[in-house]
Amino acid sequence: MTAVETAPAFVGTSVKRREDASLLRGRGTFVDNLTLPGTVYMVVVRSPYPRARIAGVSLDAARAAEGVVAAFSGADLADEWAGGLPCAWPVTEDIKMPPHFPLATEEARYQGDPVAVVVAESRALAKDAAELVEVDYEPLSSVAEVEKALADGAPLVHEDLGTNECYVWKLETDAVQDAIDAADVVVTRRYFQPRLIPNAMETRGVLAQVGPTGEVTLWSATQTPHIQRFALQLVLGIPESKIRVIAPDVGGGFGSKIQVYGEGPIAIVLSRRLGRPVKWTEERAENYVGTIHGRDVVHELTFAATNDGDITAVKSVAWCAMGAYLELVTPGIPLLGAWIYSGPYEIPNYSVTFTGVFTNTTPTDAYRGAGRPEATYVLERTMDALARELRMDPVELRRKNFVTEFPHTMASGLTIDSGDYEATLDALLERLDLESIRADQSARRASGDARQIGVGFSTYNEMCGLAPSRILGAIRYAVGGWDATTIRFQPLGSVQVVVGTSPHGQGHDTTFAQIVADQLGVDVDDVEVIHGDTASSQLGMDTYGSRSLTVGGISAYHASQKVVAKARKIVAHQLEVSEDDLEFEGGVFSVKGSPDRSMDIKAVAFAAHAAHDLPDGMEPGLEETAVFDPPNFSWPAGAHAAVVEVDTETGDTRLVRYVAVDDVGNPVNPQIIDGQVHGGITQGIAAALYEEGAYDEEGNLLTTTLASYLVPSAAELPSYETARTETAADNPLGVKGVGETGTIAAAPAVVNAVVDALSHLGVTDVGLPATPERVWKAIEEVRT
Amino acid sequence: MRPVAFTANGTRHDLEIEPRELLVYVLRDRLGLTGTNVGCDTSSCGACTVLVNGESVKSCTMLGVQADGLEITTIEGLARNGELHPVQQAFHEHHALQCGYCTPGMVLAAVSLIDSGAATDEAAIREGLEGNLCRCTGYHNIVHAVASAAGAAS
Amino acid sequence: MIPAGFEYEVARSVDHAIELLGQSDDAKLLAGGHSLLPAMKLRIARPALLVDLGRLDELSYVEEEGDTIAIGALTRHKDVAASPVLREHCALVSHTAGQVGDPQVRHRGTIGGSLAHGDPASDLPSVILALDGELVARGPGGDRALPVREFFTGVWQTALQPNEVLVEVRVPKLAAAGWSYTKMARRAQDWATVAVAAVVHGNGSVERASVALTNMGATSLRATAVEEALVGGASIEDAAALAAEGTEPPTDHAASSDFRRHLARVLTRRALEEARNR
Repeated sequence: MTAVETAPAFVGTSVKRREDASLLRGRGTFVDNLTLPGTVYMVVVRSPYPRARIAGVSLDAARAAEGVVAAFSGADLADEWAGGLPCAWPVTEDIKMPPHFPLATEEARYQGDPVAVVVAESRALAKDAAELVEVDYEPLSSVAEVEKALADGAPLVHEDLGTNECYVWKLETDAVQDAIDAADVVVTRRYFQPRLIPNAMETRGVLAQVGPTGEVTLWSATQTPHIQRFALQLVLGIPESKIRVIAPDVGGGFGSKIQVYGEGPIAIVLSRRLGRPVKWTEERAENYVGTIHGRDVVHELTFAATNDGDITAVKSVAWCAMGAYLELVTPGIPLLGAWIYSGPYEIPNYSVTFTGVFTNTTPTDAYRGAGRPEATYVLERTMDALARELRMDPVELRRKNFVTEFPHTMASGLTIDSGDYEATLDALLERLDLESIRADQSARRASGDARQIGVGFSTYNEMCGLAPSRILGAIRYAVGGWDATTIRFQPLGSVQVVVGTSPHGQGHDTTFAQIVADQLGVDVDDVEVIHGDTASSQLGMDTYGSRSLTVGGISAYHASQKVVAKARKIVAHQLEVSEDDLEFEGGVFSVKGSPDRSMDIKAVAFAAHAAHDLPDGMEPGLEETAVFDPPNFSWPAGAHAAVVEVDTETGDTRLVRYVAVDDVGNPVNPQIIDGQVHGGITQGIAAALYEEGAYDEEGNLLTTTLASYLVPSAAELPSYETARTETAADNPLGVKGVGETGTIAAAPAVVNAVVDALSHLGVTDVGLPATPERVWKAIEEVRT
Repeated sequence: MRPVAFTANGTRHDLEIEPRELLVYVLRDRLGLTGTNVGCDTSSCGACTVLVNGESVKSCTMLGVQADGLEITTIEGLARNGELHPVQQAFHEHHALQCGYCTPGMVLAAVSLIDSGAATDEAAIREGLEGNLCRCTGYHNIVHAVASAAGAAS
Repeated sequence: MIPAGFEYEVARSVDHAIELLGQSDDAKLLAGGHSLLPAMKLRIARPALLVDLGRLDELSYVEEEGDTIAIGALTRHKDVAASPVLREHCALVSHTAGQVGDPQVRHRGTIGGSLAHGDPASDLPSVILALDGELVARGPGGDRALPVREFFTGVWQTALQPNEVLVEVRVPKLAAAGWSYTKMARRAQDWATVAVAAVVHGNGSVERASVALTNMGATSLRATAVEEALVGGASIEDAAALAAEGTEPPTDHAASSDFRRHLARVLTRRALEEARNR
């Protein structure tokens, strides 16, 4: 019995998104758009200090203010917590895991740490009253940089731990040092990747309602309704069976809406105490300090190579900021990149060390790419450094070291199922016209033009599709990495597909319908996709790590197969033939050789529902659930190139072209893939040229608004040139993840281009982001 | 509280509001026009863009009382008789939205740009959308959607 | 995101606005609101009374008066940018008005509001400064004209009295003079990291120039060392090298003070070259 007997009608085509109909008309269901009768509004009072002892909290004035329903300090609510906010990834046995409660009680440990809440009849009155909360802070010495935090005598983020070192994690093959010692050429480079602030356009928000019998409904701007439900039991002691979490329309996440933040549990507790629905909407200024950040990693990367350019060893030592607390997967973020410090290259000796470090800053956690952009950045930047050292063409150095046979087991131990790295690179070069870029570059150099151009490359691979549960267990992640789909034929032939993933812009309503429609042989418009509500989707592990298609999508495939298999049994029974005698094509079962003896799958659905004539022992209905646990990660890859123009007098750098060729396996919806690539690239470009979450030495955030944290607009960017090569992944649909590829690839391509533009002046590095000032300083340094 | 009378999507509204109420909250909380989203607090992101007498304005940077006597168009008022406005249609065709949060503001900024005659080429469209931030699309498809709608309109 | 409470009055005339201003120690004028409201939303500004000038349509105009152009203080940036009179006779103003903020800002923001806010990072103050414009303020005692050189007194500070309303901006026609507003900003919508307004007199050369700097100190500044050097016959390059003299530029997320000094020199040279050739 083959899986698909007909050519796909929908998969591989750019079906237009069904999500658009409501979003384009302003009828999105974002949490702040939802209000229940009697809703009250919560405002969180946050520490303005990076670190301070909380000597007292006076709420009298706030409680007496107009419209105020209640106000609570951390101490007032301390008895409500059955447990702390969870961290699901204790990456080592001896990791330090400080307790973390929704409201601080004795000490605030970062600017933005919640210390009290006020609830009022309107958001304006709640805001007014929050200003009247008097917190007696005693500021304490604090530390914001990882290297300073590890120095002797540094202020301790958690005094009782006696250190700011959270963990040390290592992955190493034998004889790495021998390989380095024996190498013709050794290149070591140091990099700092500053904080990135995710800035989903919709900030976080919750609406909590606790019913009279204690049943909880939480509407949340989250990527992870199922994880939230699970965690809420741990934090509140309320059984999961009484908790319903709904992720309505969610306005972007990029990793920052995975975590289990304190405001959800607080709103639930307040709703229970007050008997009214409680809504909290994060303001953007709050988002900058109260929602996780990404990156903040110092790396030292070493390559060992032969004079011919064969790379023989890679060694990475990194210090990774955790921030003040461990959020859901904070310590594990570096590990998501730990296996790909060899990238798409065959490097036999391998060593990776991460030191997690507490600082008095907003916790870090997953931001688009999570660990993999960090790894790829230092790898691809150092490829260029090695090429300069060897006087080799950076493109040829990459090509020379490519993995060429698949499946390929890397020195790090994981196996890449599929790929063709040379093909993506060739396709890139075909589009790039490197020759004319180099000619333009030479001409400008010769004429001493103030505006120089450069071209930079990044050939990457990525480990995504999180994740095989056994591997997650082996690396101490607390739960599994499977996902689930339930497919339910309604009696009259329409189809409900209930998925465990939880989209927030990715278009699952459309793409999952495409997959299922093809498998069932029905029209895509007959298929409705349901998600984001734990009441309708009991099984799910949500959306992050480019997993929705490669895990959830494959579960939808398997659930479809189970439906078809049951339908086949019914048809065989009713037509009195053996199952093997049936063909299934275009939604119709027919007897081989007698095409007039057939039954449409919709008719089967009705027959299954009517149950007049089912095989003995068969349950009525046509509904199946499949839970899919992926046997391997997903391994997209690609070759990207950036062309920049650098004003050498002002340092002003503009991206002129960006060309991306990605292999994300078989495409389900090419237009949606392109959209993911465009968005991903843009966040990588932003990291390269614009965005930087900067703290002062004490831990005061300096970039606190969208006016000082520079998310680029359309005016700063060019149109992109994208293309695909396709090697089928080792899964039934041949698909790979695409959500993070662009972000992983783009930053090193752009910075390599900036360095290339200035290489004739002697510049070999520019810090992140390559701001006009950093570019200018890089030029000044080599001039003097 | 002060009286204010304005037209939103063709319907006249007579309201009593506090002077400090920003237009965006008057639209959202008092009129239930929640299609206009709030994305920042510094007038940077443009998510709350509406049309005031036909021109794009950030409704977070205008008081409700300043709307007295004016005509406001929000995203809810753009489609006519169930038919999407050409800019909305172009956004759909070109996959110019993902999460959809910036979309109402982006669409209205684009409508204003096209109506002003300034959407002449890609560079002008990019420059003309400088006040609207999108975190999902990288703008590529937005710019192409607006170019397409502008071409169709001319 | 929600301003603190305040009283609100609509001015029916300029005189009415002046009268209303006199009623509170802590009153602010509201024009386009694009400087004031963002500060109020973050509760950095919390005036007790807002006097809304928005209904005073009579203050929205661009008119020729001989060799001078008079611009009503409530003329919105988009109308300044589109004004045929300015585009013909003083394109430095219309061009720069088209560079302020983003389209939404330009649809609401006004030239008077921008000048009265006294933000050293704003574009229009430098332009009016380079043009040696004049600002007309009306108070209880009537109108007074302030030379722009006396108008900006500090960060967000001007020579306007608490009960005065800025009613008009007056700039000379440029005639044959060349001009430039050369701006560097991180993003299109951002305030200038540094910008330079230049007006150049001379026939294909620079005999005399006025140069004003944006975001190089507590107010927009005239680069007098540059101007004097040019009068003394210095080359553009040599004169521009003096652009940062006497300035105390800020350090912020966009640039350090040192880098701003460097940018001032480069951008001044480019502005003078562009103005000479225009």
